[in-house]
Amino acid sequence: MRIGVVTFPGSLDDRDAARAIRMAGGEAVALWHNDHSLRNIDGVVLPGGFSYGDYLRCGAIARFAPIMEEITVRAKAGMPLLGICNGFQVLCESHLLPGALTRNSDLHFLCRDQELIIENNSTSWTSEYSLGQHITIPLKNGEGSYQCDDQTLSLLESEGRVVVRYAGENPNGSRNSIAGITNERGNIVGLMPHPEHAIEKLTGPTTDGFAFFTGVLKTLVAS
Amino acid sequence: MTLDTVQKANIDPDHEQPYSALGLKEDEYQRIREILGRRPTSSELAMYSVMWSEHCSYKSSKVHLRQFGEKQPKTDALLVGIGENAGVVDVGQGYAVTFKIESHNHPSFVEPYQGAATGVGGIVRDILTMGARPIAIMDPLRFGPANAPDTRRTLPGVVAGIGGYGNCLGLPNIGGEIVFDETYAGNPLVNALCVGVMRHEDIKLAKASGVGNLVVLFGAKTGGDGIGGVSVLASESFDATRPSKRPSVQVGDPFAEKVLIECCLEIFAEDLVIGIQDLGGAGLSCATSELASAGTGGMHVVLDRVPLRDPTLAPEEILMSESQERMCAIVEPMKIARFLELCAKWDVTATVIGEVNDSARLTIEWKNQIIVNVPPRTVAHEGPVYERPFAPPAEQKQLQANGPSTITRPKSGEQLRQTLLDLISSPNLADKSWVTDQYDKYVQGNTVLAQPEDSGIVRIDETSGLGIAISTDANARWCRLDPYEGARLALAESYRNVATTGARPLAVTNCLNFGSPEDPAVMWQFERAVTGLADACLELGLPVTGGNVSFYNQTGKVAILPTPVVGVLGVIADVAKRTPMAIDVEGIGLFLLGETRDDFAGSEWANLHGHLGGMPPRADLEHERRLANLLIEASTRELISAAHDLSDGGLAIAVAEMALRKMVGASISVTGDPFVALFSETPGRVVVAVALDARKEFLALVDSQRIAVEHLGITGGSALVVAGQFEIELEALSTAHTGTFHRLFSGTR
Repeated sequence: MRIGVVTFPGSLDDRDAARAIRMAGGEAVALWHNDHSLRNIDGVVLPGGFSYGDYLRCGAIARFAPIMEEITVRAKAGMPLLGICNGFQVLCESHLLPGALTRNSDLHFLCRDQELIIENNSTSWTSEYSLGQHITIPLKNGEGSYQCDDQTLSLLESEGRVVVRYAGENPNGSRNSIAGITNERGNIVGLMPHPEHAIEKLTGPTTDGFAFFTGVLKTLVAS
Repeated sequence: MTLDTVQKANIDPDHEQPYSALGLKEDEYQRIREILGRRPTSSELAMYSVMWSEHCSYKSSKVHLRQFGEKQPKTDALLVGIGENAGVVDVGQGYAVTFKIESHNHPSFVEPYQGAATGVGGIVRDILTMGARPIAIMDPLRFGPANAPDTRRTLPGVVAGIGGYGNCLGLPNIGGEIVFDETYAGNPLVNALCVGVMRHEDIKLAKASGVGNLVVLFGAKTGGDGIGGVSVLASESFDATRPSKRPSVQVGDPFAEKVLIECCLEIFAEDLVIGIQDLGGAGLSCATSELASAGTGGMHVVLDRVPLRDPTLAPEEILMSESQERMCAIVEPMKIARFLELCAKWDVTATVIGEVNDSARLTIEWKNQIIVNVPPRTVAHEGPVYERPFAPPAEQKQLQANGPSTITRPKSGEQLRQTLLDLISSPNLADKSWVTDQYDKYVQGNTVLAQPEDSGIVRIDETSGLGIAISTDANARWCRLDPYEGARLALAESYRNVATTGARPLAVTNCLNFGSPEDPAVMWQFERAVTGLADACLELGLPVTGGNVSFYNQTGKVAILPTPVVGVLGVIADVAKRTPMAIDVEGIGLFLLGETRDDFAGSEWANLHGHLGGMPPRADLEHERRLANLLIEASTRELISAAHDLSDGGLAIAVAEMALRKMVGASISVTGDPFVALFSETPGRVVVAVALDARKEFLALVDSQRIAVEHLGITGGSALVVAGQFEIELEALSTAHTGTFHRLFSGTR
């Protein structure tokens, strides 16, 4: 299975996402922001970083990248799409997911090992987890506070579209401690914490993030 | 202002020039006139003034720094030595590693966020310039008293600046130090270290070789920021009566640098450059003169071609501007098309501004007139050299005679318990998560150990597991008491930290932070520290690969504590075998390696009582070498599950830190005077955790290296227990340890 990883100018975790895909048994395919070709991919990851320096607003410029046109079309047709951190911000700016990410409530960049609760294990990316499972993976961002209007929030909650939630103390002021959400179809997932940084015991706090990548490969094989 | 040209300088030799305002002394100005055989043009004067500044020319330090070369041990590991942008070390398997540390102290005081941010940016470009991909950063910091109002301004700003820039570059921050002392109140120290990796064949040098090759300026456009940063800002003491120096601080754009890094790495991969130099201190003046000086010898530059952010800039300002995120490359004409194509791919502005020639002169034209015509070596390498007088401070003997024996020592178990709590919650020893949580340590996915571990370790080859370790250290209080021994102790600790994590020390970099060289007492501290460090490096067989000197760190007559920050780079064949500091298993034996003596002069305990005096301990480097051999061998054979160096606060702090990491307690017993056993700062000691089945083999190894060993006790439980003295719940210890920084700095940004 071929999983694309987009590199925008300022992407930082693109090589890490590619490593996670490879280790899970997939083929990582490098995609360039300025191209239109999706190179026959079956799924795609928008990695973390500071695309275009996060100038204007996080993800606000990346959403207009040429590659996003094709990705949007394919994702709307059901292709698995994962946005991690800056990738999540791009998904919100692209209106592929609702809401927005704002400055952390204490106004500081925060890098720490974060405990999360899996709240939806029926998305294209989270099928390998059990419902209610606690996982710990790195959280690292300056603008990770998830915000949306009341109506969107109740819709997300009632439709079970909150995928992961912060366990314990809310680290950044996100509404309902939301760490990640999905679309109605469950193929597009965005989350602030970094599963690609928790795939090896040696370099991550745990290996809890690995199942995102094995999960999507299983989903793709099954379809 | 009318344009000053070489032609005018010839006609009008007596034109008065503001050399003094540019930081040049009368005799230096006269020397420039001798070199040129005429008065310099205003542009030439600008170039000489920045390049002959203390910061760029090392004019006060050069005579002493020579020792690092003269006393260099024989080694095959050094691929590129002192003099280039950064030294390069062979770490095996065809990999080379380059690392360097630099100061950005004065800018960070004036404007903490931008000062610290551009400090990171500058050192990263130095590493990139060698042809390497930057892979990690570290930042040793010093501030005034933690509770001083100005520290609430500088520390949060500096931390945010390091994080803001480093995080955006995608470089894991894997360690550093934060130390508080009143002498840093008006002079915080912001040192930044970067390490990069490349294959041997990819090493690049700063030289403009080959007649007809093109000089390309690429990266950000040139603006009016940071003009005279090195001469005005970094080479003078602060004085409240002078105008604000804010305009001399550069403004960073990490996004531009990130793009520049990726663009350069693609350019390097296709072998498109002959030589390359980054634009840092002294900007274009430095890059053009250094490139020309190290290459064929001549260069012609058309200054009008430099892309400007501010079109009103005068040529002198363009030559002096320290605008960030710029590089200068020497490219063969046949490769320029591809070079420019890659720059365009990354949206990096690139402009051919000149050409290499064999004229032995650096000539610069502006509006079709020659405004600079100089021998480049005289600008870049043949600056003034001072033999400044030095003599011990008048009070040095008195200081050394005043040991901490007058302070009442804790005796009862309860007093010892309170001493531990006081120390572990003191700003110097308190948990630094408030700071380090603002740094990304995970990016690139290769960080194996990061702060607060003894050294940071990053993997450089995923297949073989080859990794490098880095630690930085300085005990400035010891240096104040005895700068020679203090510098040796700094090296000893940094060396020990690297070995404690299982890596073999290979090379040294340093950042020498001192007061004004015009003060003989400061110069004495400098001379002693450099001699001590050079002697110690020779004794341990470690080459010094480069470094940085920062003088004029003083407010009025008060100099900072002499602070030679020593960085040691090590290599580890398989990062999976690294030794972490955390005890995470119950029922494991704890052992103390090394002998403990009554060493409290300059200690953290004495500092807590406001005392600084006495003689520091002696660094026993022969012992350090055997201890390192033991730690590395034990790690390779996987005999120890945890190890932690004893430094500030002694044994009690070390064991507490090991326990708090994973909240697994320990029960230990100590021999002799319990206060000395628990809190003395005798160097050359490490606590290790050894499983029962490995104990015999481990002790045999200890024996073979002739290291003193003491069985301390066993891991487990939820408290730290010192038999017969006290016990303290880890929860209480943790609260004391972690509360300090939040209390001091919460609500700041």
